[in-house]
Amino acid sequence: MKKIEAIIRTEKLNDVKTALATKGHLGLTTYEVKGRGRQKGIVLQWRGVKEYRVDVLSKTKIELVVDDEDAPEVVDIIREKAATGKVGDGKIFILPVEDVIRIRTGERGKDAV
Amino acid sequence: MKRELAIVSGDVAWILTSAAFVMIMTPGLAFFYGGMVRGKNILSVLMHCFVIMLLISLEWVLWGYSLAYAPGGGFIGGFQFLGLRGVGAEPSLIYATTVPQNAFMIYQAMFAIITPALIAGAFAERLKINTFIVFTLLWATFVYNPVAHWVWASGGWLRSLGVLDFAGGTVVHITAGAAALASMFAIRKRSGFGSITMEPNNIPYVILGTALLWFGWFGFNAGSALTAGGSAANAFVVTNTAAAAAGLTWMLMSWYFRGRPSVLGSMAGAVAGLVAITPASGFVGPLAAIAIGIGAGVFCYLAVLLRNRKNLDDSLDVWGVHGIGGTWGAIATGIFAEAAVGGTNGLLFGNPAQLVTQLIGVAATWAYAFTLTFVILKVLDVTMGLTVKPEEEEVGLDISQHGERANATS
Repeated sequence: MKKIEAIIRTEKLNDVKTALATKGHLGLTTYEVKGRGRQKGIVLQWRGVKEYRVDVLSKTKIELVVDDEDAPEVVDIIREKAATGKVGDGKIFILPVEDVIRIRTGERGKDAV
Repeated sequence: MKRELAIVSGDVAWILTSAAFVMIMTPGLAFFYGGMVRGKNILSVLMHCFVIMLLISLEWVLWGYSLAYAPGGGFIGGFQFLGLRGVGAEPSLIYATTVPQNAFMIYQAMFAIITPALIAGAFAERLKINTFIVFTLLWATFVYNPVAHWVWASGGWLRSLGVLDFAGGTVVHITAGAAALASMFAIRKRSGFGSITMEPNNIPYVILGTALLWFGWFGFNAGSALTAGGSAANAFVVTNTAAAAAGLTWMLMSWYFRGRPSVLGSMAGAVAGLVAITPASGFVGPLAAIAIGIGAGVFCYLAVLLRNRKNLDDSLDVWGVHGIGGTWGAIATGIFAEAAVGGTNGLLFGNPAQLVTQLIGVAATWAYAFTLTFVILKVLDVTMGLTVKPEEEEVGLDISQHGERANATS
């Protein structure tokens, strides 16, 4: 099984969630995160008198654990829905998962995903 | 006899106090609206209300008061009071004759300020700030000033017909509601409207805003007596009563239809009641106020439901609460007015003609305010553009229009 972590624009979360749900991937976890990539941040102002640059920006991180064979489809969905073409679209990471257990029933492995 | 001898100090104290009460309603409204929008747009909504305070405070002094109240025709006032020339410590011979005229003027200024602020709720989360500023000035000049003149100025054609509007149900709430209706058709919907959930970012702010509005409304209604006495006291009593009845009604309706009493709904209900009692507050008694409040709760709840079903985007239901609430209030005035309270009888006290007069006022104001607002918006659409770009809307108006964040967490 694979864990897919994606850091995406917050405004794209709804589109990504909906698209994943239509393909049967309902379970996921979201976090509000801050970070810096190659996007040069945004310029804010203080009392209209001076400007300052903020380069640690807010994004949303989603995590989901899926079967190995579903991982490519999930990556494609996230890329399709979260991309705007501009710097700051985010990144996807794929990690191996040793095991998955459903707390309520004790099911393990693929059945618990 | 010197005009200064006509001044009654209790009246002056009350009208100045009331002016301050109505002033706080605009920031109160700002938070009432601000808590309802998504977090990324809260500053823009708050700023809309504050910008109006900055703009209309000056507009009123420079030309607004004159166009509304200087002697003129049936449609609009004259230029006699431009820059408040002649408006000073001496009482007017026509308006609020026991207080300095500039006290009356500043009291009315607060009404002129809050009315465009109400409309801001209809197009929240998508209007450009520069277009908004121009819209506000045009609307105040060409919609608010004339309608205020029609209803409240001596010689104003609706006043001459006998239309009753104690504190602004027609002048403030119907004009704002009609403007909101025009916005629904002239301005595009928010991106994602209907498909994504747009959750209120801070309901406690909405509650705090409601509290400030309710508190301030005592100045809005009871201050409209322009004197400190029985009329003000009556208005104060019926204002509180109607707000309570309406809030309770909406709460119970939400409980019945949705299974649980809605906090946000109860706030909207209380405001609907305050809107509806506004035109009637000097003319009806407390029992009528209960009926008016219940009516406001019912009609405004249904109006919001209707707007939802039609999938129209009035961001904060200005049409449903102010437009419909104000209309109900104006009609209710024609039904429940009691000469023992305010000098005129309505339908229930043997004078059905008053109801007809009220309907004329309602219809004329709806037609004028809707049409003018629509025209102004369309002209601005073609010249300046109304709404922000999609990327700006995604990121939020606080950052895109103002370059600031509401809550910077380091």
